[in-house]
Amino acid sequence: MRRTLSLWPLALLLALASAPIAIMYLFLLVDTVTNAPPGSAIPNALTLAHWRFLVDPRVTGDVWRPTVTTLLFTASIVAIVLVVSSTGGYALSRLNVPFRRFLLAGVLVMHAFPLVTLIIGVFLVLQFVGLYNTLTGVILVKAALMLPFGIWIMKGFYDTVPWEIEMAGVQDGASRFTVWRRLVLPQVKPGLFALALFAAIDAWGEYMLPRILAPSSDFQVLSTYLNAVSDPDSTTYNFNLFKSVGLFYMLPILALYAIFRERLTNIFGGGTKG
Amino acid sequence: MRLTICDFTKTFDRTTVIKDMNLVVEDGEMLALLGPSGCGKSTTLFAVAGIHRVDGGAILFGKRDVSHLPSQKRNVGVVFQNYALYPHMTVFDNIAFPLTIRREGKADIDRKVRAIAELAHIGDLLARRPSQLSGGQQQRVALARALVRQPDVLLLDEPLANLDARLRLEMRSEIRRIQMETGITSILVTHDQVEAMSMCDRIAIMDQGAIRQVATPSEMYRQPASRFVAGFLGNPPIVFLDGEVTGDGGFASRGVSLPLPGRLRHLEAGRPISLGIRPEHVGTSGGARVSGQVVFVEPQGRETLFDIELEGGAILRSIQPAGDDARVGDRVDWAVDSDRLLVFDRHGNAV
Ligand SMILES: Nc1ncnc2c1ncn2[C@@H]1O[C@H](COP(=O)(O)OP(=O)(O)OP(=O)(O)O)[C@@H](O)[C@H]1O
Ligand SMILES: [Mg+2]
Repeated sequence: MRRTLSLWPLALLLALASAPIAIMYLFLLVDTVTNAPPGSAIPNALTLAHWRFLVDPRVTGDVWRPTVTTLLFTASIVAIVLVVSSTGGYALSRLNVPFRRFLLAGVLVMHAFPLVTLIIGVFLVLQFVGLYNTLTGVILVKAALMLPFGIWIMKGFYDTVPWEIEMAGVQDGASRFTVWRRLVLPQVKPGLFALALFAAIDAWGEYMLPRILAPSSDFQVLSTYLNAVSDPDSTTYNFNLFKSVGLFYMLPILALYAIFRERLTNIFGGGTKG
Repeated sequence: MRLTICDFTKTFDRTTVIKDMNLVVEDGEMLALLGPSGCGKSTTLFAVAGIHRVDGGAILFGKRDVSHLPSQKRNVGVVFQNYALYPHMTVFDNIAFPLTIRREGKADIDRKVRAIAELAHIGDLLARRPSQLSGGQQQRVALARALVRQPDVLLLDEPLANLDARLRLEMRSEIRRIQMETGITSILVTHDQVEAMSMCDRIAIMDQGAIRQVATPSEMYRQPASRFVAGFLGNPPIVFLDGEVTGDGGFASRGVSLPLPGRLRHLEAGRPISLGIRPEHVGTSGGARVSGQVVFVEPQGRETLFDIELEGGAILRSIQPAGDDARVGDRVDWAVDSDRLLVFDRHGNAV
């Protein structure tokens, strides 16, 4: 009884503080299925017209191509980040690689640089290898920028796996690779999982890199597509339509959060369940 | 299978931890590697297992030189101090793991796992995860996993260190029973002398990377080869008195004089020696006598431990069946079994 009472003021404060955001999201949702008279925020008619862009390419151009591209973009980045981080993190955690300390420090320093400071260098490199203005180039750069974080996270998870487990596996006759795959990897699964989720969310929301590194290419990801839709000078400009596309864009991320909420809180809480 | 360690040398980053070590473990024997912390027990064990590279010398299983074989090809079963069970697998899968690596048939695996689980008394735990087991049960699983593929050699690195006192007693006899039933040549690493003495056929005492003595437990206790061995074995520990041989075949030191054991009466007078006196040889029976003052009494239940200060300031220890005969401050005159005294020369070697 006491506890719930004392929680009241806190709950009230939180509710007040998050009210603007909650109201904004509410309107975002409501506006996508309603029409309001000019000059008013209160809707007066239900409509599905704002969602027509899903089936009618004439509204804002085909939305499904950017969607597929974004899915591909996200999946490739997640795959690259997972593969490199799970192997690189293991190497840094266990193997006596030369210049280990130097590598670890280097990885951290990489992570500390903001994107803008690197962008000119990245641009030059992409130009040089001929990947400028291509999806592959953007994927590689985005994945590379995420790797320091991924490798560090995975190294931390590998560090908690006892050395003896690997030695026991080797004694049991397994090769180092089998030991890694069957004995070590299952134990860093929560880490891989969290990393995959972070990478997916990050890649899904990426806007800058496609804009800068592939400005005139023939592919679009959803973020650049959304940007095009939101252009007030365009002939198809419609604020409610913009909101609908925005919501459409958000849905996969919301779904990810909803499905994996339990696991995510586990990871953030650092909780290992016995 | 007989295990031979021949002139084994191990160096970590230029510091030599073990130099020219020789040790033979007979077929079917269980040998304890006993020694203080940091003396190189685990290093030796891991070299036999193939985890550490051998920097010099050879390790032979039977007649086969395995010194340069990788762990996977040695067929050694290892039980680690923290058991190193695979937490994401059931007990069954843990024990079956070495067999699945060898790609044995499903029926074969099932039969072997159940047989070894039966032997280790964990037949009804096969569906559980390691985290759902008690320490003793985890220990049994680790043992079963090490034994299931019938290794040539079984290595146990302080297998009982993580158990509480009662379980330790139980697992002590269990490990020994399972080892005897399977007849696998084994090395047990421990720094607990009671474990070493109660579980093993022979003990090898190590100190600073070298083997000091290899003998059966009782032989090692009664006839230690050096002062170090005598001091390491025995609880409560032995007491040493430094002095010299007197003309009449006795020993004198700081106001204490005792006759030497019969077989050592011939030692030349004036030779500096030290005398080792075990607590159980002071007190109730024996030919010689010492007198002093009780300065410390420690009741241990069945027995009582006394420290007595002799006239010259030397302290002797005595352990006797419990009774309330002496208190702190009492003057006592107790018997010493002089025939069982241990005598060491200046360098600490037994005379
Ligand atoms: N990987 C290593 N690198 C450098 N020195 C090491 C390494 N492993 C062990 N040593 C050193 O070798 C010596 C013997 O170590 P070892 O682990 O064999 O001792 P131990 O007898 O098993 O001791 P304990 O009873 O504490 O386990 C120690 O001085 C230790 O510091
Ligand atoms: Mg050790």
